[in-house]
Amino acid sequence: MRVNNIVGIIYSNAYDSALSELTALRTMGSVPFGGRYRLIDFALSEMVNSGITKVGVITKNNYRSLMDHLGTGKSWDLSRKKDGMFILPPFSNADSHKAYNNRIEALTGTLDFIRNSKEDYVVMCDCNVLCNIDLGKFFHAHIESGADITIAYHHGKTPATDPVTFELDGSGRIISAPLANISSEESDYSLNIYVLRRSLLERLINEANSMGCTSFLRDVIGRNLEKLKIYGYEVADFVRVIDSLQSYFNISLELLDKDNRKALFHPERPVYTKVRDNESAFYALGSNVGNSLVADGCKIYGTVENCILFRDVVVSKNAVVRNSIIMQDSYIGEGARAENVIFDKGVTLKPGKVLCGALDYPVYVGKNITV
Amino acid sequence: MAKKTECVAMLLAGGQGSRLGILTKNIAKPAVPYGGKYRIIDFPLSNCVNSGIYTVGVLTQYQPLVLNDYIGNGQPWDLDRTNGGVHILSPYQQIKGSEWYKGTANAIYQNINFIDRYDPEYVLVLSGDHIYKMDYSKMITFHKEKQADCTIAMLEVPWEEASRFGLMILNEDGSISEFEEKPKNPRSNKASMGVYVFTWKKLRQYLIDDENKEGSSNDFGKDVIPAMHGDGQRMFAYQFDGYWKDVGTIGSLWDANLDLLNPKIGLDLSDDSWRIYSRNPSLPPHYISPEATIQNSMITEGCEIEGTVDFSVMFANVTVEEGALVQYSIVMPGAVIKKGAVVQYSIVAENTVIDENAVVGQCPEDTKPGEWGVAVVGENVHIGKGVKIKANTMTDKDVEPSAVE
Repeated sequence: MRVNNIVGIIYSNAYDSALSELTALRTMGSVPFGGRYRLIDFALSEMVNSGITKVGVITKNNYRSLMDHLGTGKSWDLSRKKDGMFILPPFSNADSHKAYNNRIEALTGTLDFIRNSKEDYVVMCDCNVLCNIDLGKFFHAHIESGADITIAYHHGKTPATDPVTFELDGSGRIISAPLANISSEESDYSLNIYVLRRSLLERLINEANSMGCTSFLRDVIGRNLEKLKIYGYEVADFVRVIDSLQSYFNISLELLDKDNRKALFHPERPVYTKVRDNESAFYALGSNVGNSLVADGCKIYGTVENCILFRDVVVSKNAVVRNSIIMQDSYIGEGARAENVIFDKGVTLKPGKVLCGALDYPVYVGKNITV
Repeated sequence: MAKKTECVAMLLAGGQGSRLGILTKNIAKPAVPYGGKYRIIDFPLSNCVNSGIYTVGVLTQYQPLVLNDYIGNGQPWDLDRTNGGVHILSPYQQIKGSEWYKGTANAIYQNINFIDRYDPEYVLVLSGDHIYKMDYSKMITFHKEKQADCTIAMLEVPWEEASRFGLMILNEDGSISEFEEKPKNPRSNKASMGVYVFTWKKLRQYLIDDENKEGSSNDFGKDVIPAMHGDGQRMFAYQFDGYWKDVGTIGSLWDANLDLLNPKIGLDLSDDSWRIYSRNPSLPPHYISPEATIQNSMITEGCEIEGTVDFSVMFANVTVEEGALVQYSIVMPGAVIKKGAVVQYSIVAENTVIDENAVVGQCPEDTKPGEWGVAVVGENVHIGKGVKIKANTMTDKDVEPSAVE
């Protein structure tokens, strides 16, 4: 089965509001993660590593940082003559000047892109789901089962982003898809990764539009469980859904665990990102670093424990940073102390200042702010 | 015809670098890893791009596979271009037969057609074995101002080291009056850096003449430059201030890497305005475990450090397991230092495994006077459990414990 018979579609804005602090100036897709990545890198790399050569990235608002990050798609080998990466900003026609509000409207806006693709299948996914799965296997399972639509799900603690949970029969077919009951601890919840025929997607979008539906999962999938064969595909590997600032913080720190790192940065499926050409990180005499993930270009003179340091972070002499996520180009001044914080890009913590959050309530400091 | 270009750079990357021993067994010297993220050739290539020179011919001959693959279409250096860009120039067959590049001048001679396509005013000749950051555009401006036929970049070296270099004696106006090649009693400390700007018309003629001259070794330093000088062509020295290092020997390669850990050495790789570009391996950030201790070292993406690293440079994807000690060493991409192993004053090449409790290299104070030197372990080698590798040695085959007992 040719995997390059699939066109990929990524929603870069899905669930922006779940992470409102970090998405105030950017899309969910361009939220920095894991020391040198943006969330969209995982979905894009997953697709590219599976042999998909045409990917549409649907954006809605605040997509300047996303455009800057993606460029021509070169870093993902998606800068191509034939196919490659397509950024799909909101399409406004004469009678509607507002950006879309839901997935159906988003897909409607990109109908031309979908219609003009030559591939027989479509894979769609979001950026707030963090995993590194083999989409080839996912696609293969879809073909094997003879399903019309296959949706990836994960069994675990239900995330807080009003997910749809699945009830499956023995064959893996989804028999009901109720909205998650937030109180329910564990469930088989949707990861919003779909594969289906392109022609079917086109038909479903048109139908949904004529009926005034708004939710792809609830209305389109929910209403067609009997008419169509809709199957679930369990992803048992490392999967995390970012549904709040707290979960962003926790999931980031989970990368300090070797097994999680191995699962997410699978050697066979590398995660590509925009290259910054930093030099190697420098650890000075007297520095003290433990249990941390450190990106290139960092200069460390002080103490760093249980942290994720993005590229070009400076931790000055006698400064202490613990249990924190420090993004690109941030500067921790001499003798300063930061614990349980999330520093967005380019934050400066002045010498001697102390800033502490709690493990279950990290302090967020916005882009380019000087504390 | 390609678009007219003011200056074309020709990068001599065909040398074997035999003094680097097993490190250049399978790769050309310019492809030798340096400084955690780079290969030596990244420096002249990045210098070209940062100087606004976008047409670069790379002359390869010895073991070009890794180098050709590394340069690829030149994308990491922004040299994948419609006009110009990077071109790999290997010796090729001609109607009168095929010839290897006989010398540095002959390598350029064989590619006169390549240069002519761009119809340049100037040709910049570089070598692929030096570590330095230099703005060639300033040197070209100098060359124009002096209306020179040849300008040679020059660096003042300490007098006590001067006898290791090709030296120049200058007139008051900066023109070159005499050359001295590695003299015993140097009369100058102005050393040639192996960076030349030529007016192409002039150089073109000299290359043809040199080719026709019998007994010529077809070398820039030995033949072409002396011939131009002998004919009274306008030759000037352009002074360069800054870090420059020839990494031609194991000792100097080791030194040049450790120089990066010395804040007093003027080679700043974090300078945004003069980035050194390299091909990126797409690896996650490196991980430092709670047990690890790192002092005055550079660590690169993909590393997993659980042991102790002092005064060392760790390239991408290196693993240092718990209880292992790495001191004053250069560990190249993909190498694994297992539990309890000790690596000191060494260079460990790509993908080599130092097994548990092995000891590689020795401290200078643990060796007899005059016997110390950096220990080198070649690429893809396995050093068995508990094996001891002495200082000043080169190991390019697996060493298993029984072999030494």
